[in-house]
Amino acid sequence: MRATFVASEVGNGLRRNLTMTLAVIITVAVSLGLFGASLLVRAQVSTMKDFWYDKVEVSIFLCSKGSDTPSCAGGAVTAAQRDQIKSDLESLRPLVQEIYYESKAEAYERFKEQFRDSPIVDNVTEKALPESFRVKLADPTQYDVVASAFEGRPGIEQVNDQRKVLDKFFQILGGLQLIALLIAILMLIVTVLLIVNTMRVAAFSRRRETSIMRLVGASNFYIQLPFLLEAALAAALGAILAIGALALMKTVIVDGLLAPSFQFTAFVGWDAVLAIAPVMLITGIGLAGLAAFFTLRKYLRV
Amino acid sequence: MILFDHVTKVYPSQQRPALDDVSLEIEKGEFVFLVGPSGSGKSTMLRLVLREERPTKGQVWVLGKDLNRLSNWKIPTLRRQIGTVFQDFRLLPNKTVAENVAFALEVIGKPKSHINKVVPEVLEVVGLEGKEGRRPDELSGGEQQRVAIARAFVNRPMILIADEPTGNLDPATSVGIMKLLDRINRLGTTVVMSTHDSQIVDQMRRRVIELEGGHVVRDQSRGVYGYAQ
Ligand SMILES: Nc1ncnc2c1ncn2[C@@H]1O[C@H](COP(=O)(O)OP(=O)(O)O)[C@@H](O)[C@H]1O
Ligand SMILES: [Mg+2]
Repeated sequence: MRATFVASEVGNGLRRNLTMTLAVIITVAVSLGLFGASLLVRAQVSTMKDFWYDKVEVSIFLCSKGSDTPSCAGGAVTAAQRDQIKSDLESLRPLVQEIYYESKAEAYERFKEQFRDSPIVDNVTEKALPESFRVKLADPTQYDVVASAFEGRPGIEQVNDQRKVLDKFFQILGGLQLIALLIAILMLIVTVLLIVNTMRVAAFSRRRETSIMRLVGASNFYIQLPFLLEAALAAALGAILAIGALALMKTVIVDGLLAPSFQFTAFVGWDAVLAIAPVMLITGIGLAGLAAFFTLRKYLRV
Repeated sequence: MILFDHVTKVYPSQQRPALDDVSLEIEKGEFVFLVGPSGSGKSTMLRLVLREERPTKGQVWVLGKDLNRLSNWKIPTLRRQIGTVFQDFRLLPNKTVAENVAFALEVIGKPKSHINKVVPEVLEVVGLEGKEGRRPDELSGGEQQRVAIARAFVNRPMILIADEPTGNLDPATSVGIMKLLDRINRLGTTVVMSTHDSQIVDQMRRRVIELEGGHVVRDQSRGVYGYAQ
């Protein structure tokens, strides 16, 4: 194996096919960029899931005086009922991780805090807000266990799961994520087709060299290696551009725009970018290598 | 060295066989002319020796190997022992004389030091000393064919195959090429050459195999072209 000779062949090949090489680099960059972005969005969604599902609670609202649900027919919740509910909740450990009782006074405080700047506060009195148990579950998906145990029980007006709201939200996000991934995969397929075509053109434009190589007994490996390296090199350049774009996205869009404006949620960190970058590089080089390998097997046989 | 054992070759999409039940043997060190009209199967025979084509029936043995049973990855090894020269020279136009010859060694992974030593040697054998730095378009047809012969011979192959090497050259130039092939033969390489040129065959007085419509119609040592008619 003569490394300098192979290197000069690769250089010649890339230069001779400069426009095609540029086309490959750009397509690889765009498709891998999309692919990386969709992976980043995926990481973002999972970060948000972790963040939010960690915060969701099941709220068990207790009956107040004027509640009109059937289970509140007996009037406001009694102290005995309240104690019973609390001890029943305790018996559900370890599924139930934390139990927190919120009195009417505390509910009112929280309400005032939440709607600090709104005139609505003046119209709401402490009496109008229900007392409640706030329950945090070890596994939020096990909500039904709690709901079935407490829903409709005397003294309980309503059992509320915040997860249901989040589920809707994440379903929509999941859909968007899937669309992004599908577009990325489509682009990757386009990239593979372009590389296949580029290799075909390259093999054709160098058929003189390759036919002489075959004639003098060069091995298949030696004949194909410059083409393979060219494809891999173009793909690697494209992948590096795409990774750069992804880092830029993270800096400008996530850290620069989103994070300061939406402080209530968590955003992906650099660890996610670091994990995605090698995936992009390997995907790019791998796809290009495979596309080139199978094309060359067909067009450059001994 | 080369053995054809009841070889028939029918190209796909063709009815008539290009070679029809051909059997013959070529010994080490021989100089063999392959003559016959256009389309008689000369190039097909040479391509079978190079394993560029496979026989439809029968066996081709080259350098002790049954080519039907030679696996694909061993084909390069076979071809390294066979030099090839064609009517159209097949040189790389953007490489110099020396680079064209060196290319054949580079692509089979020979070290630079070896290449630097043998390329000037072989260029001297073919009579191209002083023209190492020229490009093919700065050479005459005869000189271009000499470059091709140098490239075919630089590895000191056991067999040299020449498919109408003088087909594009004038008679005077052809004589020079024949002298060169004769010299290479005397250095120990078996030479198989197809040609149309009766003058050359008559002058050289070597073994002649004549093909017609895929059949061997004559095989005689020290032949004269067209004797059979
Ligand atoms: N690649 C091919 N595909 C189909 N037919 C071919 C091919 N090469 C040669 N032939 C046919 O085989 C016959 C012998 O051709 P060839 O060996 O080239 O003869 P020659 O070299 O003596 O002119 C001809 O009839 C030719 O048309
Ligand atoms: Mg021919």
